[in-house]
Amino acid sequence: MKINNKSLCAAAFALMASPAFAQEAMGIDEKVNAVFAKVTGPFVATIFAPIPGTSFPWIVMWLVIAATVFTLYFGFVQLRYFRHAIQLVKGDYADPNDAGEVSHFQALATALSGTVGLGNIAGVAVAVGIGGPGATFWMILAGLLGMASKFTECTLGVKFRNEYEDGTVSGGPMYYISKGFKQRGLPGGGILAVMFSIFCILGALGGGNMFQANQAHAQISGIVGDYPGWITGLVFAGVVFAVIVGGIKSIANVTEKVVPFMGVMYVGASIIILIANYELIGWAFGQIFAGAFTGLGVAGGLVGALIQGFKRAAFSNEAGVGSAAIAHSAVRTSEPITEGFVSLLEPLIDTVVICTMTALVIIISQQLIIDEATGLYMLNEAGSAIATVDGNSGVALTSAAFGSSISWFPYVLAIAVILFAFSTMISWSYYGLKAWTYLFGEGKTTELVFKLIFCVFIVIGAAASLGPVIDFSDAAIFAMAVVNIFALYFLMGFVREELQSYSSRLRQGVIKKFAGS
Amino acid sequence: MTVKLVVGLDGADTGDRALAFAKDLAGRMDDCQLILAYVIEWSPFTFQTPEENAARHKRREEELATANERVMDPALAALKEAGFDAVGVVRHGDVAETLNAITSEHKAAQIIVGRASASGFAKRIFGSATQNLVMHADVPVTVVG
Repeated sequence: MKINNKSLCAAAFALMASPAFAQEAMGIDEKVNAVFAKVTGPFVATIFAPIPGTSFPWIVMWLVIAATVFTLYFGFVQLRYFRHAIQLVKGDYADPNDAGEVSHFQALATALSGTVGLGNIAGVAVAVGIGGPGATFWMILAGLLGMASKFTECTLGVKFRNEYEDGTVSGGPMYYISKGFKQRGLPGGGILAVMFSIFCILGALGGGNMFQANQAHAQISGIVGDYPGWITGLVFAGVVFAVIVGGIKSIANVTEKVVPFMGVMYVGASIIILIANYELIGWAFGQIFAGAFTGLGVAGGLVGALIQGFKRAAFSNEAGVGSAAIAHSAVRTSEPITEGFVSLLEPLIDTVVICTMTALVIIISQQLIIDEATGLYMLNEAGSAIATVDGNSGVALTSAAFGSSISWFPYVLAIAVILFAFSTMISWSYYGLKAWTYLFGEGKTTELVFKLIFCVFIVIGAAASLGPVIDFSDAAIFAMAVVNIFALYFLMGFVREELQSYSSRLRQGVIKKFAGS
Repeated sequence: MTVKLVVGLDGADTGDRALAFAKDLAGRMDDCQLILAYVIEWSPFTFQTPEENAARHKRREEELATANERVMDPALAALKEAGFDAVGVVRHGDVAETLNAITSEHKAAQIIVGRASASGFAKRIFGSATQNLVMHADVPVTVVG
């Protein structure tokens, strides 16, 4: 594999040196882009169709209503069990005899490395760039409500997972939908599970793959200069291929260990910038609140801010999408609900903490241009987003915001973006694979086919332009949420039974901390 | 009353030296039980890929089986043959913490371990399991050189 990657890189750089080739390569990028936009257009249009008579996409409403329903149905579980969730992650309730099994912390960290990624860096920039600072408010609200959705799906993920004779496990919406519906005597579970699996595969190829490759390329070309996207795609595809097909675990292991530190460093750098500009923090929050309810002259106004905030929160923390239920299923616990409690920390860390940091840095660094005469944000020439200092959008906007305070940070960010993109791809290749094997059965050949398709889409994602990629990524991930949330309404009774049983045993002291913890 | 001694094994010379010393000590006592402990270094706070998590239970079973087969069972068999009263415990965890926990569970009087083999740079940075054990154990610790 090493030889292949090296030779790929060498070939790529040799080709880049030729101007004639570069022109032709740009042509390839444009062709890929045009075909891609045409093929995915109808699917995207259906998912984001507005509610008749409004400009509000029905899918955003679908997610928010679900998160609100789960929040109310479980009596604000995200507040009541927040402290208990922290105790579970710390291992206070872990049986020493289970030492060596997957801990709550590990399941949470694995799920987080799949969600913390470009959504937090590039996605937030897109939200704030289009929806203005007010999008941040709606993003935080969606994050807080989303904690209840995550709780519901992850509890079911563990409850209905498959445990095989060889000791390995498989779980996720496709399993709880089919088994849960059967147990309740409801029809259609099998069809819904298949639909979810299809959308999960598309989501893995879209948000979990193409969007990551696309933004990683944007970040690299922003530093080394413009070059054809498919070259980045090929290099990424080569490394991902080495891990998921070649089984070279060392690359994945290094990434899994470096990514959390990158996350901490990212938040650390954000805090440093906020402290350095502490006098602007009050103003930034003022902009966030004012923008949330007035729009501050942003394209789409209040509704635009709200849509962007909700959309990007859902895309970033994936609450209600069902992906985390796949990652959380591997934990070893006799109480499925404990994994639900732990998982509700995910949207909090991902959206309420990390995404908010990104938004605050972008707002405080004043990359968004304000019209001095009116005090409102100015739109760009196309009128589609707020004008920015250098005309940046997506990850480039975040990079410029950090760079305006810490000049060398864009380089660190570039490395972070590449690593985040890579770890998200690895996680999603697993989610996609689980859906794929649910449809086509376990087996080396079927798995290999999916893995090869996954690698091809990395190249397409890096070559296509941001617009069509981001639309398809969102649409595919939200399509998962359509099926998943529909099923959750029928299955949330299972979670309530678990919650009632667990909470009464916790109150009576039947479930208690282990000595020494 | 039976005196219980916990002996830390590591599948290498270090553990063998600790075991030899413990046997010598037990031989001088009227009623002594040796508790052989093998700890597989593991932390609940590491980062793993989804595939690793999915296969973790299986891996754990394999790790326990290997430790029993290669280290614990031969050691116990040799002790029984020599007429010693001995039991074995194989567990995952932090070496120092787990040895101490096993000691409290069995109400043992002493822990016997070999001197850590880590040397130089790594030891200065990370310390060693033996040092941690000596610092934090609830019972006397004998470190065999």
